Amino acid sequence: MAVPLIVRRLAFGLLVAAIVVYTVFPFYWAVVSSLKQGTGLFRVEFWPSEIFPENYVNVFREQPFGRNILNSVLVSTGVVAVSLLLGVTAAYALGRFEFRGRTSLLFAILAVSMFPQVAVLSGMFELIRWMGLFNSLWSLVISYLIFTLPFTVWVLTTFMRELPKELEEAAIVDGAKPWNILVSVFLPLLGPAMVTTGLLAFIAAWNEFLFALTFTLSSEQRTVPVAIAYITGGSQHELPWGNIMAASVIVTVPLIVLVLVLQRRIVAGLTAGAVKG
Amino acid sequence: MAVADAVVDQERGSGAQRAAVADAPSRLDRRRTKVAWLFLLPVIVALVLVAGWPLTRTILFSFTDARLSTLDAYETVGLSNYLYLVEDPAWWQAVKNTFVFTLVSVSIETVLGVAIALALNAHFRGRGLLRAAVLIPWAIPTVISAKMWGWMYHDLYGVINVIFLSLGFIERSMAWTADPALAMAAMIAVDVWKTTPFMALLALAALQLIPNDLYEASRIDGVSPVKVFFRITLPLIGPALMVAVIFRALDALRVFDLPFVLTGNNQDTATMSVYARQQLVDFQDVGFGSAASTLLFLIIALVTVIILMSGRVGLPSAGK
Repeated sequence: MAVPLIVRRLAFGLLVAAIVVYTVFPFYWAVVSSLKQGTGLFRVEFWPSEIFPENYVNVFREQPFGRNILNSVLVSTGVVAVSLLLGVTAAYALGRFEFRGRTSLLFAILAVSMFPQVAVLSGMFELIRWMGLFNSLWSLVISYLIFTLPFTVWVLTTFMRELPKELEEAAIVDGAKPWNILVSVFLPLLGPAMVTTGLLAFIAAWNEFLFALTFTLSSEQRTVPVAIAYITGGSQHELPWGNIMAASVIVTVPLIVLVLVLQRRIVAGLTAGAVKG
Repeated sequence: MAVADAVVDQERGSGAQRAAVADAPSRLDRRRTKVAWLFLLPVIVALVLVAGWPLTRTILFSFTDARLSTLDAYETVGLSNYLYLVEDPAWWQAVKNTFVFTLVSVSIETVLGVAIALALNAHFRGRGLLRAAVLIPWAIPTVISAKMWGWMYHDLYGVINVIFLSLGFIERSMAWTADPALAMAAMIAVDVWKTTPFMALLALAALQLIPNDLYEASRIDGVSPVKVFFRITLPLIGPALMVAVIFRALDALRVFDLPFVLTGNNQDTATMSVYARQQLVDFQDVGFGSAASTLLFLIIALVTVIILMSGRVGLPSAGK
């Protein structure tokens, strides 16, 4: 290895720079494009010479995009709340109790997370219609549980098992009921884990497309991904790329900020189920 | 020391407890089992409702001629949906697309992910920046990634054509998402961009568990870095990496949003999920679409079983 240190340093620096450009450029390009208008959009400039914020106004004027964002927030929050509530009680049983069937149950739950969504589509459609929830946001809150719930249970169980045994034993000796032990002993300690799990479930629900596309009909009931997929504008020949990019930037920026602020926790959550076991 | 003390403490504690309640354990155990199932009941009910029941109905629908508009009036048609399905070249094209997509994209993501993880594991200034940059594609919803890349791929005004033309990679503008020869590659590129971060983060987590002494020992012995990677690093992160690969592969096999948004129902890139949904919703043929969905489910189940049976990989053991 007779390569001089400076050359190696330089090569490594170039590699890092290449990775950064590769990962960031598409988003940067979306921001640049969202600030262009008319024929300006069709000139490739890596730095916009003029800035037109109109696309950001048009997105909200040409479709109920504000409503779509609200829908996504409501659905994702609802799904996360239900998943965490059900997930933490299940994780308590799976993480702190020994009983027959525990491992099989965990595997059954893991198996559900491998279901392709399309495999339950027609059955779910029938169920939603039977409950009278077609074209309602509730249809999404219910159907999204199929992917948020197994994930939440799995990750919370992993975290739950790591807590020391003594905590619980003291409470049992004091004669505390299981529900009280869960609420007053474990819940406070699981705070960080619940934030991580909740955040990942939120992102999964926020990004979901297939169910949202199939179970909603009117543009007022659409969530953000469906709304963006349906932006077609007035012209038949060309999509309104400026609007699409503006809409993309609007909903992506909060996500990126959230992810960057909480990156340590996200990494912990992503790896909890996969690596530690 | 501290750990050993704690273990002794724990054993002494549980031993004392056991002695004190000599006859009770079985009754206590039974009560605790009952409590456990009580706590599990809500999740079990919810999963049966949103997963077990719809899956059962889908499988049952696949033996009927149900239509989307008249879901409750249908007749059983036996296996005829499946017989039509296996004769439809478009279905086999979708199967092929799905497997090509899965194999190629997951392979590239694994190699790139490990490379990025190795870079992230090195100590250098700006490591935080690199990690933040890597997380950006992961944070962007797939639908939006597909739209962003769709715009970059634009046949007339796309930035990719401009860059590639100026670099001399291509001689004329390409219709990246419309050309049958290019569409699959274009789709794989988007997926690689979007999901490599996931691989990199999981690989990084595994890398950080490798004790530093191992590297130091081999450095002192003058082992070449390449050899260190293949003899030490790769075997040690192997199991964790396999788990990540399995999760990614199962995810890729059911992909829907990326091909649907990037290329619509275009047959050159339509995956099994796209095909099934098109039959189900666009053509309103619930029976036929359900047959396709059921086959997709069986294929994924089969792949999972094969992976588990091959035994080389233990899934993250719940019991630890």
